[in-house]
Amino acid sequence: MKTNNPHGHVEIDNLQLNFHSFALKDINLDISAGEYFVLLGPTGSGKTVLLEAIAGLQSSQSGRIVIDGQDITNLVPEKRGIGFVYQDYALFPHLTVAQNITLGLAARNRSQIQHLLPMFSRNGRKDAQRGIKAQLHDTTRLLRIDHLLKRMPEKLSGGEKQRVALARALIVRPRLMLLDEPLSSLDPERREVLQRELLRIHQEVGTTTIHVTHDFEEAIALGDRIAVIHDGEVLQVGSPETIFRHPASEFVARFVGARNIFESKTVQPTMSGTTILTHNGLNISTLTSLSGKLHYSIRPEDIIIAREKLHSSVRNCFEGQVTTITNKGMLVYVTVDVTPEKNQFPPTPFVCAITRSSYDEMSLHIGDRVTIGFKASAVHVF
Amino acid sequence: MTNKLSANKLLLFFMLLGALLVLFIVLPLLRTVTSSSPSLLWETLLDNEVRNAISLTFLCSAIATLIALILGLPLAYLLARTEFRGKNLINAIIDIPIVVPHTAAGIALLMVFGRRTFLGKLFGLAGINFVSAVPGIIIAMLFVSLSFLVNSARDGFKAINPRLEHIARTLGLTPWESFWLVSLPLARRSVLSGLIMMWARGLSEFGAVVILAYHPMIAPILIYERFESYGLNYARPVATLVILISLGIFLLLHLVGQNENK
Repeated sequence: MKTNNPHGHVEIDNLQLNFHSFALKDINLDISAGEYFVLLGPTGSGKTVLLEAIAGLQSSQSGRIVIDGQDITNLVPEKRGIGFVYQDYALFPHLTVAQNITLGLAARNRSQIQHLLPMFSRNGRKDAQRGIKAQLHDTTRLLRIDHLLKRMPEKLSGGEKQRVALARALIVRPRLMLLDEPLSSLDPERREVLQRELLRIHQEVGTTTIHVTHDFEEAIALGDRIAVIHDGEVLQVGSPETIFRHPASEFVARFVGARNIFESKTVQPTMSGTTILTHNGLNISTLTSLSGKLHYSIRPEDIIIAREKLHSSVRNCFEGQVTTITNKGMLVYVTVDVTPEKNQFPPTPFVCAITRSSYDEMSLHIGDRVTIGFKASAVHVF
Repeated sequence: MTNKLSANKLLLFFMLLGALLVLFIVLPLLRTVTSSSPSLLWETLLDNEVRNAISLTFLCSAIATLIALILGLPLAYLLARTEFRGKNLINAIIDIPIVVPHTAAGIALLMVFGRRTFLGKLFGLAGINFVSAVPGIIIAMLFVSLSFLVNSARDGFKAINPRLEHIARTLGLTPWESFWLVSLPLARRSVLSGLIMMWARGLSEFGAVVILAYHPMIAPILIYERFESYGLNYARPVATLVILISLGIFLLLHLVGQNENK
């Protein structure tokens, strides 16, 4: 299954598309070969339509789609070499897992397609059949679904269906993989596991991938780059860091939200059952069982803020300085920069949301020294 | 379940009303079937006229169904999958044969396929006559029963998630392959039940056929003729035979359909 081909450079120039009452406006994207590119946007922003346009399942009004220098704008879907995985996986319910996965290979090898047509005899050439078997084996091993081959799709769990859908798309070695919300119909635990699987598979196969999601954390965890899309328009393209540190428009800022998202490189389990993540010299207690390079986030509402030292059971307490105060009606967002003592690390900004009344009570001002605190369970690790 | 049912007077009342309707179907059929002795039925079966009429009925209905399959299945797919101007009109037209009285349908067909009409003459050149001939029986059956196949197949295609066809295309299948390997197998049950319904409806046709082709005689017309000329006692064994054969085939196809579904 090791292809690691350097192909799959995707250029989308001025793509326009009208779809019922909805339109994609002047989409421009340049995606490098081998890149994991995330399209991030709320429901109904046109992400799926854009993917279908790239796959040739929707026709565009104007603009060009180019892969590796080949203009595919007017090419039929079956000649584009683009793999597609839908949110609901769209497995063929009348075929076994093995037949689902090999259908694409059979189509490339026309003599083989007959074994799927009950009215024709099975007279496919033996060597071709053996070739399909070998590729099936490689792909199912990559996705760890060897044991499912004889089953029917309706008997599979959500995660298994997703792996089968991925295998079916990958086995024909597409130049480009399109994943439409592949994780959103899974429960949170399985989502985390499969998110890591997607990364592993991408690393092993190296196929250029466009992944659509409405989940910002998913986008950060997976994307080499992210494009934020809203109302059929691409608002911003950049690294995850750029998108959430420097949102280019108000919508991006609001969609990304005032969040505390950080990256941690070291993880250390403790005796008490918590796990310490280290980031900019801060030790953050969490309840994760994950390891390696991780992201973590804390919702602004989950951080408490006080003038004096906190005497409570919260694990994470830091002193810092108020740098910005943003009034949002009922809630007030206060940014507190935390700098570890006797340390060369830059300050870490935590955004805290407090109610209007407690803000008035504390009479906070920029430059005030305060203490912030949050529970280990409030830290979401991904 | 039974406890709940008996506790609910509404459901009990509905069951009573429903049972009346079911009895209304079963009782006359049962009476007819049990009124003729097996020996009488056997004797009727040996009657050449009866045998010919019955086999002609089944054959003509099967040919009509086959024609509708070839012309109607593609139409059903178009109606399910594409948007075009006048689609509602086409859908309505497909339903018209259900509401037109069948003798009127027979007259209408005669107006187009009669001996002196343009189409009638054209087919006549090829040696095909519709009046008082087998092709007339076939088009009469086709006209009155094609709605069942087209509607059922259309609903079957419509129920398929279009994404399955999309995926098939991205995997490299041509539209033809996608139709044969994905759409048709998934609509199989609806198509099959449409075929059975259409065929069964064709078997029972009397009105349209009697206008176009009294002869050669199909079973419904034979029953009518014997009833008119000789009375109930002569018509009944033929009716019994037709009912039994129809039920038998209906049951068989139903079983095949259920096995398919496994």
